[in-house]
Amino acid sequence: MHMADALISPAVGCTMWAVTASLIGYCSKKVKSEMDDQKVPLMGVLGAFIFAAQMINFTIPVTGSSGHLGGGMILSILLGPHIAFLTMASVLTVQSLFFADGGLLALGCNIFNLGFFPCFIAYPLIYKNIVNKVYTQPYSNQNQQKKDKYILTGALIASIVGLQMGSFAVVLETLLSRISELPFTTFMLMMQPIHLAIGVVEGVTTAAVVLFIWKARPEILDSALSTSSLSNSKLNSNSTSLSIRNVVIGVALATILTGGILSWFASSNPDGLEWAMFKTSGVEELKTQEGLHTSLSEIQDKIAFLPDYGFKSNELSESNKSSENPNLVDSGSNMVNAGTSVSGLVGGTLTLIFTIMIGFTLKRRKSKITIS
Amino acid sequence: MSHHIVQADNLHYTYPDGTIGLDNINFKIHHGESVALVGSNGAGKSTLLLHLIGCLIPTKGDIRIGDYPLNKKNLKAVRRSTGMVFQDPDDQLFMPTVFDDVAFGLINLGVPESEIENQVIKALEIVGVPHLAKRSPHKLSGGEKRAVAIATVIATMPDILIMDEPSSNLDPASRRRLINLLKTFTHTKIIATHDLDMALEICERTIVLNKGDIIADGNTKELFHNEKLLAMSGLEKPLTMQGLR
Amino acid sequence: MGNLQNNLFDIFYMDTLAYSKTWIHSLDPRAKVLTTLLFVGIVVSFGKYEISILIPFMLYPVVMITWANLPIIYLIKKMVLLMPFAFFIGIFNPLIDRDIILKINLTFISLIDIARFIDLTKFIEIMGLQNSTGVIEISGGWLSFFSIMIRFSLTVSAALILICTTGFDSICLALQKFRVPGPFIVQLMFLYRYMFVLIDEASRMVRARSLRTFDVDSKMRFSLFVPMIGQLLLRTLDRAQRIHLAMCCRGFDGHIQMIRKMKFGVSEVLFILGWSSVFIIFRLYNIPFNLGIFISKLY
Repeated sequence: MHMADALISPAVGCTMWAVTASLIGYCSKKVKSEMDDQKVPLMGVLGAFIFAAQMINFTIPVTGSSGHLGGGMILSILLGPHIAFLTMASVLTVQSLFFADGGLLALGCNIFNLGFFPCFIAYPLIYKNIVNKVYTQPYSNQNQQKKDKYILTGALIASIVGLQMGSFAVVLETLLSRISELPFTTFMLMMQPIHLAIGVVEGVTTAAVVLFIWKARPEILDSALSTSSLSNSKLNSNSTSLSIRNVVIGVALATILTGGILSWFASSNPDGLEWAMFKTSGVEELKTQEGLHTSLSEIQDKIAFLPDYGFKSNELSESNKSSENPNLVDSGSNMVNAGTSVSGLVGGTLTLIFTIMIGFTLKRRKSKITIS
Repeated sequence: MSHHIVQADNLHYTYPDGTIGLDNINFKIHHGESVALVGSNGAGKSTLLLHLIGCLIPTKGDIRIGDYPLNKKNLKAVRRSTGMVFQDPDDQLFMPTVFDDVAFGLINLGVPESEIENQVIKALEIVGVPHLAKRSPHKLSGGEKRAVAIATVIATMPDILIMDEPSSNLDPASRRRLINLLKTFTHTKIIATHDLDMALEICERTIVLNKGDIIADGNTKELFHNEKLLAMSGLEKPLTMQGLR
Repeated sequence: MGNLQNNLFDIFYMDTLAYSKTWIHSLDPRAKVLTTLLFVGIVVSFGKYEISILIPFMLYPVVMITWANLPIIYLIKKMVLLMPFAFFIGIFNPLIDRDIILKINLTFISLIDIARFIDLTKFIEIMGLQNSTGVIEISGGWLSFFSIMIRFSLTVSAALILICTTGFDSICLALQKFRVPGPFIVQLMFLYRYMFVLIDEASRMVRARSLRTFDVDSKMRFSLFVPMIGQLLLRTLDRAQRIHLAMCCRGFDGHIQMIRKMKFGVSEVLFILGWSSVFIIFRLYNIPFNLGIFISKLY
């Protein structure tokens, strides 16, 4: 589920970073303004809990595979969406640094996929709606069981929806990056069913743990729910539910805007950085020197600089017709002719050897220094 | 300087679930006294300590720390004059490095930045671990953690030191170091412990708790000779005294 | 179980590495964070078929690892363990993108002949390499697959190098200086501090369970998993409360401040400028390519 740096393009990575950063900023502000200081250590330690709990696996009967506790949903239930989002973000940051799970550029995507959907969509719109129904009723032994059922259904549906949205976001982000060749439908058909299963497991574990806590120490959940309902339902239910909606809308707008601007940039020109470098460097001439057809290689060079966003395939396939050997050229990609690619191969190998040699000499020099 | 009296009058505490935590506690501890708080598990030692730092509010009765009655208004002032060393140092050392941890209280007190480093090092020197300043707490041994936890508390120069099981989980050498260290402190000390040998060495006075009630309060040596009392409160004669008759 | 302990040791070890005393370690964390981000950004900015131009970027991990005296075998092992995800997504590229876009004309040595000689024809077929008169043809899918793997190793190694040379709390401080919101920084610090404590606690629980099940390979049942996690959560909540108490006793009022001297001096500026100019040169000029041209001209 974690996306890796290697599979995303800078445009997608930066967009998601911007979106996630603004979400973190928003949540921090919110948390600062309304949090009692008791929650400062609480959220930190719960982050560590999620970390530790995810390392304990149980065996799923029949399949033999293993499952563990998911993060976003249980945190939202215990702490409310804002704190939960910050906590998830911190967990993913640590994972990206120590386990290189995901990666630094992909961190924005990962926080968004695994944090935003459960905390800001599935929890407030699904879980709370389902569970709040029973919470407004007075307590009695009989509706205890009913409450159990509601919590289970709420957690189950919310987890599934949250994960489905998250995995769909993974698909979209990967496709927009255009590094992986997986076609949309194949990728989606791979991702969604797997995450349906994961969602069921996460929902069941979340519900089971929540129920366990609820039976052992009802006051914890009650206080968590009542503080959120204090600010949400009792004071002014409209304005706060609106605020969540505002967040969702704001984030959607921000994504579309930044994504749109960046991809427009990337499609009309090569993307900003590449474009600037293209202009200043002499790479173009170097390639044409050895090119088969000057005209063809010019087009290739242009495309070689934006294969990430290969919207120009039509133009190219037209020009293909004129080339002698259609097999050599494929649409939407650059063809490098045989001579130059040997150069690339030889040069690449040499560079590699050279780099490793630098490492070795540095190392040897160092050990000499320490000896003498 | 005021007289740092710790005084409890008719203290009662009942937990939310109805269990009685403290039942009519009365005592008065004077400036510079070292008092051991002993008793079996669940006798109410920790509950009492939590009252002294204002973390639990008594259901009935009053506490006075120094010149202030302990209430919400005076809480800050009271916490400034008391320092609590918790049982689990991991709870107390929450910052990324030892230095930050010791500095935490000083910064909150508003000590100017230029002096903080000096005071941190001074506090660490008192407990004998100035070399640990840059380490992270999770890398310390149990004894080191305890020493640093004490440093975090004494850095802010409280008048009253409150400790919960300071010698638990320590190897004998670390325990010895701790006892020697505590002996040098001139603070008013209230130490909840099961380690009666340590109590014997450090504290001239002992309060024995049983089921939330004080069943004895007096000179440590005398109390520890009273085997009936010890047996009643789930204790045993300190090892150093077992040879003596 | 092994998983838990190993992860703990792993983090512990990397944390220890961050306390070494090389000049890389003593650089201001901000310099290292910025350089790492720049590196990752530039590496992923290349087109998906680029391979040769990525190779010079290996210089950064290689040099940093030697300068910072990091255990290279350990880092490589860690990277290989992480490989599967990128591999499984990347491996679809050769299956889908089968158009030939690279031809390697082996005029001086015929790799194909060598392959025939040691009977690797099957391998060549599987690899999607075709041969026609001494020319190896490589499909775009394979190119992009290798490109993904190279990117993966570069970006992952950059992240690992950052954490092994800087340490988590210094990174947090750097982020704080970069105006990352305070609550998030505090959150990161607490998470990191108590990660060790809680993983330890969790592994003690798991060990206690496995000692009483007697069967070494016994599987964790769901009915056992829930109370265990629930118990861990309850303990965690209690701990949070105790920590809050300890904080209050030392005058905590909702704000956490840290005093730490950070010096962004000449060496930091040189470090950033040096590396970024190297990266930009590597980005602008395809060094292996030019080197190759130079070599082939010699023949």
